[in-house]
Amino acid sequence: MIDALNIGLAALLLGLALWTILARDAFAAVAGFIAYGLLLTLVWVLLHGIDVALTEAAIGGGLTGALLIGAASRLRGSEAAARAERPGAAAHWLAAGVSVAVTAALAVGVLVLPVPAPTLAPDVAAHIAVTEVGNPITAVLLAFRAMDTLLEAIVLLFALIGVWSLAPDRFWGGRPGLRQHADPNGILAYVARVLPPIGVIAGIYIFWIGADHPGGKFQGATIMAAMWLLVMMAGLADAPPISRTWLRTLLVAGPLVFIAIGAVGVVTADAFLAYPEGGAKPLILAIEFALMPTLTLILGLMLVGAPRRGMPP
Amino acid sequence: MNAVLDLWTVLAVTAGAILFLAGTTGLLRFPDAYARLHALTKADNLGLGLVVLGLLPQVDSVSAGLKLLCIWALVLLSGATASQLIARVLLRRDTHS
Repeated sequence: MIDALNIGLAALLLGLALWTILARDAFAAVAGFIAYGLLLTLVWVLLHGIDVALTEAAIGGGLTGALLIGAASRLRGSEAAARAERPGAAAHWLAAGVSVAVTAALAVGVLVLPVPAPTLAPDVAAHIAVTEVGNPITAVLLAFRAMDTLLEAIVLLFALIGVWSLAPDRFWGGRPGLRQHADPNGILAYVARVLPPIGVIAGIYIFWIGADHPGGKFQGATIMAAMWLLVMMAGLADAPPISRTWLRTLLVAGPLVFIAIGAVGVVTADAFLAYPEGGAKPLILAIEFALMPTLTLILGLMLVGAPRRGMPP
Repeated sequence: MNAVLDLWTVLAVTAGAILFLAGTTGLLRFPDAYARLHALTKADNLGLGLVVLGLLPQVDSVSAGLKLLCIWALVLLSGATASQLIARVLLRRDTHS
């Protein structure tokens, strides 16, 4: 019974992936991609990777999906022209060949893994107590492999700077995106008033529970960013100009606190990003607290896009 | 008592699944977008509701049950909103053309 479910799910996933690639219309492909992300979430749940499932649903399906919808609607004007100049058969076959080769290499890589696969999970389980954190994923992300998480946060910041740098010179420092005009008494404005209180609580809950159960700052921050975007889309609040000092301070605060705590570790625990004995939990919490607003702002602003309006007086 | 609760779960979840199936059939076969929207939202709201009500006797804590009910409420809200927004765009398009 469970086998049938698994096979059906895998077949559905492969079919949806194929459909997404073959779809001619960019918007249809994006719709397929979002459904694909949600199905993949289900697969992660079945594999007991709840943390990964949460991240896939929030970032893989939700946030990336929203980014792609924005991209597809911007490309709509030039889509017909792009379709007219079709690449030649040689380019088609080359692209198909490269894709198949990459897939085959990945498949071989997975299949030749020894059984049981090499794993550090027993090491994590043996040492998790020193971090005083209950969720092994959080322990790995913020203690054993804290460097990766630090670089991840910085990469996101760079990505946002990349998005901003697409702004024309005259709009630099101005408000990102376009002013939204939604009916103030419409359904969107209604939801943008009702949903955020619930969403903010859910976001903080998922952030807070991350210490001991599946969850964490990335998933929580995505929910918070979604609530912020909803309020902006309904026209109830406007995006801040990117030149605001408070905004820029909050954007760098998370990585800076992370680096500072890491640097203190050089003195107190003899290594960058190491925590002194018995002090791991409060320091991990401090990093998470500092990263949360930074990530919320970065994820939200990334979706709003580059500045498209002049500096306010 | 447990058998009764299990029977309730089976019946309610099956009914919910049938509603989802009916909604999907409607989505694929109904002639225009409004009717398709109607089919989809009925299946979502009622189908998920039956699944949630069916699963309620199986949860191990009150808070888990409350979470299930919250999920249903949130899907009700988002489904109603999305269908309103889609229908409004359709109406605008139909009256302009």
